[in-house]
Amino acid sequence: MCGIVGLHLKTPVLYARLGELMAPMLDCMSSRGPDSAGIALFDEARPGRLRLSLHATEVIDWDSLGRELAQDVSASVAVEPLGDVAVFSVDADQDLAERSLRRLAPSVALVGTGQSMEIFKDVGLPREIIARYGIEKRSGYQGVGHTRMATESAVTTEHSHPFAPAADVALVHNGSFSNPASVRRRLEREGIRFETDNDSEVCARFLARQMQHGADLGDALRLVQKDLDGFFTLLVATKNQFAVLRDSFACKPAVIAETDDYVAMASEYHALAGLPGIASARVFEPAPEEVYTWTR
Amino acid sequence: MDPVILSCAELSTRELNAALAELTDGATARIVEPWGRHNMAVGLTNRITIDIDGNAGYFTGGLGDGPDLTIAGFVGWSTGENLMSGTIRVRGNASECTGASAHGGTIIVHGDASSRTGISLKGGTVLVGGDVGHMSGFMAQAGVILVGGDAANGLGDSLYETVIYVAGSIASLGADARVEELTDSDVKTVRELVDLAGFMHIDPENVSRVASARELYNFDALTEQRY
Repeated sequence: MCGIVGLHLKTPVLYARLGELMAPMLDCMSSRGPDSAGIALFDEARPGRLRLSLHATEVIDWDSLGRELAQDVSASVAVEPLGDVAVFSVDADQDLAERSLRRLAPSVALVGTGQSMEIFKDVGLPREIIARYGIEKRSGYQGVGHTRMATESAVTTEHSHPFAPAADVALVHNGSFSNPASVRRRLEREGIRFETDNDSEVCARFLARQMQHGADLGDALRLVQKDLDGFFTLLVATKNQFAVLRDSFACKPAVIAETDDYVAMASEYHALAGLPGIASARVFEPAPEEVYTWTR
Repeated sequence: MDPVILSCAELSTRELNAALAELTDGATARIVEPWGRHNMAVGLTNRITIDIDGNAGYFTGGLGDGPDLTIAGFVGWSTGENLMSGTIRVRGNASECTGASAHGGTIIVHGDASSRTGISLKGGTVLVGGDVGHMSGFMAQAGVILVGGDAANGLGDSLYETVIYVAGSIASLGADARVEELTDSDVKTVRELVDLAGFMHIDPENVSRVASARELYNFDALTEQRY
């Protein structure tokens, strides 16, 4: 079992409250997944600002690493240190910045990149992770979150969700795939690199591969139905889209609430019950095999 | 008698259910600020009347053996799961597995009910005013399901002795389910169910009767069998 939550804001007035609105949603899903939690938050892209979401398993002097990175890529680097994680904002090409970072700090995990997206994830209770990274104070236009109860692979930061298979793409998954190994082998033959043995990562990289080939998120999700077998409720966010898909049997729960101000999604309704205007929201259960997308 | 007011904002689920269990037969209770809470009014055996003042979560009224429960909003998965007796009335929609394994009692959903409605039904009555999702009535053994709207794919798959009546269309039948001729007795049954639920949009003479073709199961506990 796992819990997933998502919020796609339509009204800019609410952007400042994204973290404040999502934190209780994530906390509420602790009952579905108490071993790890994570959240991807999307904020307006600014030219020349690539965000690198970093996670360290040992003590790192983030400011010093930021200075080394700035020197190495000859670009400005803004550092937001948050204990064992940090967000670097770099005015440099993504490949260059990633390569440099891997060389400078091979033990630091890059959990997400993008112009818009930041990812915070770790092992532990959702409320601890929310507090540790100040999620309530963060802003943005959409986010996806996950509370994990691991069933098929190890409990580590890398194995926790969201998975970010490409810049500004985040996937959270409730369920289990039954043929991830064969899909993974196929992707590996095509040169796709994996970081964990998690089945959800296979789905994330499969989606990214389809989008890399030109599919939009909706098309890519329809291809998931064709190629990946198993149980899933998927919530995926890209820079400008927010999408939900459930498997043919709808084995894993999902509920969506939509108002003029937002689209909210969760595994269980009570995670949505505190949202503003929920009483007049259109609340519905996504049908199996139907791809739901919202675009900003 | 004024209803006992119980607020989910103040009580844990355990405290709420304990307070309901303490009420004497004939009492009424109102649950306020439910906020989609799971497991409300479960395992109760007293003859009480309960109103939930909003939306409820999973297993609402489950294992009930007595109470009459009304939910003003919608409900999550497995409402009335393993119900033994009493009535659960949902004014809004219901999520998956409504009435799963219910042995008795009546569950009335005024809106739609999602997938696997009445799965493994064991004698309860499940009345849905709107549509039902896929695999409804799966392996249902006894009791009745009435659908006022349409049924999605795989209706009545591996059905035993439950009878399903559908007023709207059936997307597809599951394995071993078939549409049978509607008898006078069926019409009488449906009329009683329609009156009970208040589903006046259903014409009892114009429903499909779905029952088991009995080609997948061959045992009968009432006759001598050799295996």
